[in-house]
Parts: sequence; structure tokens; C-alpha cells
Amino acid sequence: MQKRVVFNNRLLPYLLLAPQIVVTLLFFFWPAGQAIYQSAFIPDPFGLSSQFVGWGNFEFLLSDPYYLASFKTTVVFSTLVTVTSMGAALWLAVMADRVIKGSSAYKTLLVWPYAVAPAVAGVLWLFMFNPNVGLVAWYLSAAGYDWNHVLNDGEAMGLVVAASSWRQISYNFLFFLAGLQAIPKSVIEAAAIDGASFARRFWTIVFPLLSPTTFFLLVVNIVYAFFETFGVIHTITAGGPQQATTILVYKVFSDGFVGQDLGSSAAQSVILLVLVGLLTVVQFRYIERKVHY
Amino acid sequence: MSGMVEKRGLGTWLTHIGLLVGIAIICFPIYMAFVASTVTQPEIARPPMPLLPGAHFIENYTAALTQGINAPVWLMIVNSSVMAMGIAVGKIVISIISAYAIVYFRFPFRMMFFWLIFLTLMLPVEVRIVPTYEVVAGFGMLNSYTGLILPLIASATATFLFRQFFLTVPDELAEAARVDGAGPVRFFLDILLPMSRTNIAALFVILFIYGWNQYLWPLLITTKPEMNTIVMGIKQMFPSGDDIADWPVIMATTLMAMLPPVAVVVFMQRLFVKGLVESEK
Repeated sequence: MQKRVVFNNRLLPYLLLAPQIVVTLLFFFWPAGQAIYQSAFIPDPFGLSSQFVGWGNFEFLLSDPYYLASFKTTVVFSTLVTVTSMGAALWLAVMADRVIKGSSAYKTLLVWPYAVAPAVAGVLWLFMFNPNVGLVAWYLSAAGYDWNHVLNDGEAMGLVVAASSWRQISYNFLFFLAGLQAIPKSVIEAAAIDGASFARRFWTIVFPLLSPTTFFLLVVNIVYAFFETFGVIHTITAGGPQQATTILVYKVFSDGFVGQDLGSSAAQSVILLVLVGLLTVVQFRYIERKVHY
Repeated sequence: MSGMVEKRGLGTWLTHIGLLVGIAIICFPIYMAFVASTVTQPEIARPPMPLLPGAHFIENYTAALTQGINAPVWLMIVNSSVMAMGIAVGKIVISIISAYAIVYFRFPFRMMFFWLIFLTLMLPVEVRIVPTYEVVAGFGMLNSYTGLILPLIASATATFLFRQFFLTVPDELAEAARVDGAGPVRFFLDILLPMSRTNIAALFVILFIYGWNQYLWPLLITTKPEMNTIVMGIKQMFPSGDDIADWPVIMATTLMAMLPPVAVVVFMQRLFVKGLVESEK
């Protein structure tokens, strides 16, 4: 945690820490405190006074069908994003690990989508599937399928999942490939000499050895789907049709800024704070284990 | 090596084909966006749109850069650059000096400060949207670069990364510096900072992308079109009613919005991977 050799200076360490601590207090802890405070009040429509309601906002939220539906939407959305992007990435990484020639070129061609902002990914996919002008939508309708994610819940969900997963594949690919390359080749060769097929080698040896990477990526992808996909949702569906793609983070935004329901938005923030806290704890407990692995 | 244990040949070809198909699927959205940015709006409005690039590349990109729709795109690129640079440099500067304080000094409340910084990991901006907006509005920072940058520059990740690195620096260096009569500031500037070069560069790549790709925060903080960043400005270019969007200009803007971070990843791949892996440790 600390050096044996340290400098003695009374004021300097505080000066060095000051900028970070000031920013942290002003823009992180103060607003978080405000969220907790506001979650216990209902402001009147004119913002002149507010009424203390204790746990009222939470009780209301947890019995509000729209909020519960948003919870369900979030779970469905993040499960689909995690499974799709990790599955596709693992498939690509296994193949990239097999090729000897040109693997670094493949890596370059697969890594760049990570740099594409979620909002930009949203616009790219929106364009392909736009019911009026989108190329894929046009071919689908030529094939007899009438695509319209503006009206159809399932199609809207499919599109935001596709755009969110597309961008995340490269990240998962990098970590899976690194994990695969860290597995000693002698282990796999021994199994191959024993006559185990590629599929059998993969499921009995490679996949179990990859489990630390898989678990780590599982947490990262869930965090990504929960908190970083706002741009995708906002550009493609704006939470619609009705509320079919309103994930929790989107609901905090739309209730707080569009609906101006500050008490409820604050209570939702507090619930999300608890969720992030839990995910962070899981992440760190895991990382401790990774060190020993 | 693999040839020793199994016959490949056909399998290798299949693997290459599989990879190429995967890459083609992943690149397809970009290709369509590129085609759209080189044709005219009527060509897109009458589907199916062309599959090959048209002749209006220069026209569409010039229209986007000089006029845009709400604000010229060159202005949004300037805003994005200022924001991305400000966030990357700001995060690195305040994190490296706080890590230095925590590792190389012993003082009251040291651990309390450490945990205070650590806890910011649990407070992403998406979660405290409304109250953070209110604080920034209260300081009169709406529609300003300060408002875009300052609230995002605290960084637990960068602080940990530098702390981790400083802990691996041999104690003898600090000892020698002390014997030579160099104070903590001299030691930091002359020895520690040059040694951290690679770490700083790797972190810069990751943080530049992070800053450039911000969406929700500029969406809240910038209400004036001339303060929009390019990534959040794209959505504002769509018409609100039933009018058909100006797709060629929008797609040209979309490609320009992704070009800088993608170029950074492609051309600085080694630093990028290092930064990515280390910031997850």
C-alpha cells in the first residue's frame, strides 16, 4: 500500500490531493447526497416547496407497474446484450486464435468498433433498419416481412440489442483472445494426441480454463448494458414504443428531465446507486480472486 | 506446430472464411453509412438505396462541415476536441498527483482520501443525472467548456493505475533523490514523471476515446447548438416531424464523429490495448 521511503512534508500531500478531492466532493458526493435527500420529498409542481414523504417515493416506485416493467426490460435487455456480444466475440476469438498467419490483421479489423460511441452505433443501425429508407428494412419487406421497430416492441428491442452488442464485441474479443493465448499449447496438444476432437477439446479444456475471463467479462458487460447504452436507446427508440425499451437509466433521465418528476427520479437514482454498489463489490471480489488464479 | 497433431488445410481455410464473414458483418453498418454519405437525398428517399458509393462525397462533407443542420460540424468537432482533450489531460493530471500523494507521503486522513476517490467508481454520471445537472447549473456552467469537462475529470481508475505503478518503482530511487537533496517536487518532475511516460500515453488513448464519446452529459449541459459536441449533435440533426431526414449530411457527420477515436485505436493499437487491460485491473 505504501512506500518504505516517504517524503516529509506537511502541506504538500494535501495540495496534491486537493483538485481531485474538490471535484469529487462537488460533482460526485454532493449530487449523490442531494439524490438521497430529494428522494424523501415530493416537490410541488411550481418547485416552491416540497413535502416530506419518507419512503413514499420508494413505496410508490416499487408498486408502480411502469417502474417494474422498466426493471424487467433492463434485465431482458442486458441479458440479450451480454449473451449476444460475448457469444459472437468468443466465436471470433476462437477462430482468430486458430489462425497463425494474419491474426494481427484480423485483430485490427475487429478491434475498432470499441472506439465507436454508443450513440453513433445507434445512428448506424437506425439507418439500416429505418422503416422508410433503411436498406435492411427494405429487403425484409421485399422478402415479405414488414419491419417497423417504431411500432413493434420486439423489433425495437432487437434493434437496440443489436446496436449495443455490435459495439461491445470488440472489447470482449480482445479479452477472450488474450485469455485463449494464455492457455498453454501443450495442454491442448496433449488432448489432441489423445484423439479429442476440436469441439471436445474446447468444452472440456479451453472453456473451463477461460472461466476467469468469462466471469470478468460477464460483470463488465452487465455494467455496460445497464449504464453505458443510454446513447443507443436515445438515438434509436427514445425508450419506445410506449416503454418497451425504457431501461432504468433511461427512465431516470426521462422522468427527471422530460417528465420533471424530481422526487421519483431521485428515488430511482438511489436505487441505481445501490445496484452499482453491488456490481462494484462483485467486480472487486472477483478481481481479488483473479490475482490468486 | 499444429500441423504435427492434426491435419489442417481445409480447417484453416474454413477458419479464415469464418473470420472474414464475421468481419464483413461487423463492417457492414460502416460501409452503408459511407455509401449514404456519397449519394444524394432523393437517392436514399427512394429505396432501395444504392449499394455502391456515389459521386457526391465532397459535396456532402463540405455541406456538413460548413453548414451542418443546426450548427456547422467543424464547430462541433472543435467542441468535441476541446472536451476530449480537457477530460483526458485533466484526469491524468489530477490522478497522477493524487496517486503521488497517497504513495509517497504519510499524513493524517490518507486512507480516508483514498476511499473517497475509490467510492466515485460507484457513482457514474448516469445514476446522479438530475442533481449533478443542478449543481453545474447552479455554478452557471451550462453551455461552457468548464461545464462539459470539470465534472467528469475525477478518476478513481487513473488514480489506481498510477498508484499501482508507483508501488513498483524501486524505493532506492526516492532514497537516492533524498540523499542528493532533491525535494518531493523535484523527484516527481525529474524521475517519476519521465518513468510514467508509457502509462500516461496508454491512459491518454483510453481517456481521449472516453471523452470524445460522451453523450448524456453534453446532451444535458449544452442547450445552444454552437456548444454541441459532434457525437451528441447527430441526434439533433434529425427533423422532429415527419420530414425526411437529410441522410447524406447526417451520415457524413456520423462518419466524421467516429473517425478520430477509431483512428486512435487503429494507429495506437498497442498503447490502446495496454490502457484497456490495465484500467481493468
